[in-house]
Amino acid sequence: MSEKTSRILSRGLLHTVIILIAVLWLIPTIGVLITSFRPAQDVANSGWWTVLGNMFDSARLTLRNYNMVLSRLGVGRAFLNSFIITIPATIIPLSIALLAAYALGWMKFFGHTFVFMALIALLVVPLQMTFIPVLRIFNKLGLAGSFPGIWLAHSGYGLPLAIYMLYNSISGLPKELFDSASIDGASSFHTFLYIVLPLSVPIVASLAIFQFLWVWNDLLVALIYLGGTPDVAPITVQISSLVGSYGQDWELLTAAVFISIVPSLIIFFSLQRYFVRGILAGSVKG
Amino acid sequence: MWPPEVATNPFPIHRKIKMYTKKSTPWLYLAPALTLLGFFLIYPSFHTLYLSFFDKGSNVFVGAGNYIYAFTNRVMLTAFRNNALWVVVFSAITVFLGLVLAVLLDRVRYEVIIKSIIFMPMAISFVGASVIWKFVYAFRPAGAPQIGILNALLQTFHLPPVAWLIERPWVNNLCLILVGIWVWTGFCLVVLSASYKSIPRQFLEAARVDGANEWRIFWRVILPLLVPTITVLTTTMAVFVLKVFDIIYVMTNGNFGTEVIANRMYKEMFQFGNFGRSSAIAVVLLVLVLPMMLLNLHRFKREEK
Repeated sequence: MSEKTSRILSRGLLHTVIILIAVLWLIPTIGVLITSFRPAQDVANSGWWTVLGNMFDSARLTLRNYNMVLSRLGVGRAFLNSFIITIPATIIPLSIALLAAYALGWMKFFGHTFVFMALIALLVVPLQMTFIPVLRIFNKLGLAGSFPGIWLAHSGYGLPLAIYMLYNSISGLPKELFDSASIDGASSFHTFLYIVLPLSVPIVASLAIFQFLWVWNDLLVALIYLGGTPDVAPITVQISSLVGSYGQDWELLTAAVFISIVPSLIIFFSLQRYFVRGILAGSVKG
Repeated sequence: MWPPEVATNPFPIHRKIKMYTKKSTPWLYLAPALTLLGFFLIYPSFHTLYLSFFDKGSNVFVGAGNYIYAFTNRVMLTAFRNNALWVVVFSAITVFLGLVLAVLLDRVRYEVIIKSIIFMPMAISFVGASVIWKFVYAFRPAGAPQIGILNALLQTFHLPPVAWLIERPWVNNLCLILVGIWVWTGFCLVVLSASYKSIPRQFLEAARVDGANEWRIFWRVILPLLVPTITVLTTTMAVFVLKVFDIIYVMTNGNFGTEVIANRMYKEMFQFGNFGRSSAIAVVLLVLVLPMMLLNLHRFKREEK
């Protein structure tokens, strides 16, 4: 075999392996997407892939499932709840973390090392360590099963990572900026507002995506603090309870799941670059 | 479900701090954060430790009773076995696949598209991923039309269908782990790919000029340079997956021998209302991730010097 044919063969193998893996990765999601548009009796009697043969037979596709889950099965309400929970639960911890990271990065104070070490220790504490005492207090204060309760909980849980990542970025800003600001007589808050904040936009964007997706996709924290209250349940909790009651109605479950992943997919595809940058800032340098 | 441990890697050199403020100013900036951290993480952790030595309703001191339960109860032992399986299989495969894909994808022009495809499940919740895969694993008795793609595949080869989520102990647990792998491989791929691309190309060229084949280059040049990233990533994945909950809660709820520690903790808390046992299980989880915490603190101290 000549060098050239062996090269072509190995290139061919490379492409085949890569494309095969990509297709395997996509199949489960495609199955769910297609199933969500099929009528119930079709779903029960044949696999979703049978649709691929007659793709444009519109009689075999329907929007009924979406209509049903949105209006009758509480997914519409849950979808809205997810937004009500996620937006403040993203903004509050990031704002608080920015202030803390600024102090840790640029101010001198007694106990600096201690605060920093506590933060590093908190990064790995399992949330399970906190549920029972916090829930008891929440019950006393009437915060259990309420939006403010879960906003605060997600804020607390998101802080260690947010402060840590913001600290890395803010403490790396050039020292000259701070020197000239102090020569000009800027107060610490002015320096924060006009120097730190504008320069932190990219890292804040990455973190905002993290926190948004973390909260949007969270099941455990919502189960603990919102319990089974349907009025406030986010979409993850709603879907997990539908799995219990409509376990075999795949056309409904798949429609519900698809609704739940649309916002995260939009954010993911439009802001992928920030997302990736955030992961790399957090994990590996370079 | 973001693993906070992701951030526990190379610490920046701890610079001399040069901004002069009043003594109280830094604390004003830190106050909101410290209040929330204290209320949601620090105080409850100590309180949970305390509760773990008390009975169901937190009234009677029971000493190590809850811990004895945690380490002897049959379901808890199953949970420990499964968590070990998750840690080993999940971490090994996500990192391995991520590495292979990072190296392979670097050689094709459509790298970005494939990366997005592999990475896409990261945007999907574990709950969503669980439903998606439950449908892949859907099972009906032999003879009935199979609507799950895996069993349909078996049917075309005239093989009997498999109850993927019920067949214990290996099939169902591995099927659950596969869901996690599907979601998290993209993460490993992105991290490893960035690390791989930071290897100076001259290194690889030099090896090629010296006549080394691609296979040898991978083992002798690429892999050694990636070892630090691989180590950090593997520990991150392991510590993260110790706390796995959603997938099991949605797909099997720990039935058929698929129980895991975090799901057990939830059940003890909400289903059985046993706050002593539940706290003890949480403490066990904390102890399992403690080495990671100490390692980070150690690294931080070294950086500071």
